[in-house]
Amino acid sequence: MIRLRSALSGLALSAALPLAALAADVTTFELDNGMQVVVVEDSRAPVVQHMVWYKAGSADEPVGSSGVAHFLEHLLFKATDTLKDGEFSATVAANGGRDNAFTSYDYTAYFQRVAADRLELMMRMESDRMRNINFTDQNVATERDVILEERNQRTDSNPRALFSEQMNAAQYLNHRYGVPIIGWRHEMETLDKADALGFYDTYYYPNNAILVVSGGVDPDEVRVLAEKYYGVIPANPDLPERVRSAEPPQTAERRLIYRDARVAQEYVSRSYLAPERDPGDQRAAAALTLLAEVLGGGQTSYMTEKLQFEEQKVVFSGAFYRGVSLDDTTFDVVVVPVPGLSLQEVEDAMDATLAQFLQDGVDEELLERIKYQLRANEIYERDNVDGIARRYGAAMSVGLTVEDIQSWPDVLQSVTSDEIMEAARMVLNRDASVTGWLTKPEAEVTQ
Amino acid sequence: MNKVVTRFLGAVMVALAAALPARAEVEITEVVSPGGITAWLVQEPSIPFMALELRFRGGASLDAPGKRGAINLMTGLLEEGAADLDARAFARELERLAASFDYDISDDALSVSARFLSENRGAAVELLRKSIIEPSFGQVALDRVRGQVLTGLRSDAKDPNEIARAAFDKMAYGDHPYGSNFRGTIESVEALTRDDMLAAHGAVFAKDRLYVGAVGDITPDELGVLLDDLLGALPDEGAPQPGPAQVLIEGGTTVVPFDTPQSVAIFGQRGIEQEDPDFFAARVLNQVLGAGGFESRLMTEVREKRGLTYGVYSFLVPQDHAATFQGQVASANERVAEAVSVIRDEWARTAVEGVTQEELDAAKTYVTGAYPLRFDGNGPIARIMVGMQMLGLPIDYIATRNEKVEAVTLDDVKRVAGELLDPEGLHFVVVGQPVGLESTVAN
Repeated sequence: MIRLRSALSGLALSAALPLAALAADVTTFELDNGMQVVVVEDSRAPVVQHMVWYKAGSADEPVGSSGVAHFLEHLLFKATDTLKDGEFSATVAANGGRDNAFTSYDYTAYFQRVAADRLELMMRMESDRMRNINFTDQNVATERDVILEERNQRTDSNPRALFSEQMNAAQYLNHRYGVPIIGWRHEMETLDKADALGFYDTYYYPNNAILVVSGGVDPDEVRVLAEKYYGVIPANPDLPERVRSAEPPQTAERRLIYRDARVAQEYVSRSYLAPERDPGDQRAAAALTLLAEVLGGGQTSYMTEKLQFEEQKVVFSGAFYRGVSLDDTTFDVVVVPVPGLSLQEVEDAMDATLAQFLQDGVDEELLERIKYQLRANEIYERDNVDGIARRYGAAMSVGLTVEDIQSWPDVLQSVTSDEIMEAARMVLNRDASVTGWLTKPEAEVTQ
Repeated sequence: MNKVVTRFLGAVMVALAAALPARAEVEITEVVSPGGITAWLVQEPSIPFMALELRFRGGASLDAPGKRGAINLMTGLLEEGAADLDARAFARELERLAASFDYDISDDALSVSARFLSENRGAAVELLRKSIIEPSFGQVALDRVRGQVLTGLRSDAKDPNEIARAAFDKMAYGDHPYGSNFRGTIESVEALTRDDMLAAHGAVFAKDRLYVGAVGDITPDELGVLLDDLLGALPDEGAPQPGPAQVLIEGGTTVVPFDTPQSVAIFGQRGIEQEDPDFFAARVLNQVLGAGGFESRLMTEVREKRGLTYGVYSFLVPQDHAATFQGQVASANERVAEAVSVIRDEWARTAVEGVTQEELDAAKTYVTGAYPLRFDGNGPIARIMVGMQMLGLPIDYIATRNEKVEAVTLDDVKRVAGELLDPEGLHFVVVGQPVGLESTVAN
């Protein structure tokens, strides 16, 4: 058990120590069956968020069954051996709580937010559906229609989402991150009970799960309850090692054009293959995190200054990096042209700006502002322990350790401008990139 | 002059503790600044920052005739240069302080949600003051932000949800400001000038429509001084509020053709005012009908039993000048007619039958139990307190609110369901290529 108590005395806030680190109260331990547990305390309100994260997401799906991780997530709200269809959510609601779940490439998570004295009930039900789901063929048929409507709503009704799906598919030559989390429609249509149960019986075990509880709770009480409900579930000794097909060296720039009559605002997006945060090795990812901020994070970032204010060629520009990932992730830039400027012109302007940035280097004042904001966020974040809990759940789901998570703010603070430029030269490699244009059908392009 | 009124809400809640899963232990102090500005404060010294919520009643509905979108554009310009700072200098200063100021505009209010650290509170408040009291509205910034608004308007024109919203609002509210998009039209926004920005600023920002909530690391006396520094220079009066809107929508269906695989529908009818004694019965009724998560009647019938949608919801929309009862659903073009039919059936069934005792009990436990869960952070609490003040609720309302929910009876809900739910008056606006649905009235 690692227990970190921060000093919350007023002394820590003296003027001599501006923004002294005020870490949240986080306790972590592991049950005998291998289930990891994280408790983030906030005694200010008698409210608790209870989450279980499975280290299994869409990138862990068998070939041909895209969408099954998310489909199973839906089916976990059906019957178990002891709960009726829909009883789980109805019970949470009847206790004044709210529940939901979400699926990503690397994890699937279930959560409830409820009064703190209902934590035991939540654990009883959540631990039940870890091993005891019992849905019917009718559930499968109906819920498959629901996820197809979800795909309609999220993706097929949204040209930006369809464009992004094509970008991802082009970015990954061999890795499952190229397949959408919700699934390809033609494969979703074939998902059946065996597909869902196959995924469930492979991954839904305590030694593949993380319990994250945040709010007005005592870690010792959480431990007692966790041992009672989750601790009694046997581990899966045959849990497969998490190995995905890796990317080969990417040696050819890819370009694509997605045309859709529903496009109102055309833009250019580019993604570069990029390393993720690795256990014990987070410096490159930290440099990329700061690079995204320096380059396109806010109103005073390099791209915004150049493209929006000086050259007035874009209505929006941005740079994005998501380091919490099991395998290679992406570093993205996007530029939205002002009316009258073509996509080729705005892409050229973006490339000129990126080239100029590699010449100019990092503005030290900007970097200092960014680091100060990161320190401030640690204070603001303590007002939202559920957010801290989600950060732990996501990071641990991709194999980062508690030490990695807790050292991350210090790693960010210690990154130098030289390291940021080194990261920029490494990541801004066109050979490993996809450049996409989101545009209207040719007949409609009048500019 | 510095009046401080404190209510200890925790004690009042004790009697209810057994029935409620959690208590909202929020201790609100009314602070009146030396200059006469009233605020509600919750002191929360354990984290060295504060959240400040300012709301100015009237919002985008105060647009002058022919100037639709002026107040929205003006709001977008508040952080684009003020006093001695141009847009970039303002942004740098905001980042340097690690503060955040969000300016938001709606039909009924302009909101400023600010968050800043204790260690540089004075500088943050001064920066916020500049943006509210002394915005520059420079031509370069005006044209740049106008471009962003126009980009948004062009996107709206191809977004099924926005198309449905625009059609519904026009039908529901006609020529009242609620009947049109507060972001304006391409034409109206293109014509806006710097003088229009100054006029919009003068219309919205005044003491006679100001509501303040503050939560965090600050004492009542410090807050009083802060408020006078920040807002003391505001004029006493702004533009007059618009009058009530007639809810004009009648029953039927309107199809707006749009090439997309999934139709989007917004549906609605006349609603109920928040001040109405039956509002809590209506709130509970809607919980059963369509506000719930997976367990509402609409969700059960349309999604869980038939798989016709990913989500279907209904919601009460009590605004300052009109009240409606609305809902929305999205469903494949081939299946949306069935979804609409099922929703109409549930609407009619509920109007006649009301709800069951079991549904009523579950809805009341949810509505009362979920209430304390809303108080989850300085910003949310500040926003709740401002909302309470705008509704004219007493400072101890939080302690009594759940009693009002508990007092709702099965007969109340049955009566209100019969009076409020109007299956004949329910209108669906459907955007897409719906199979088997046609407009009932010319549009």
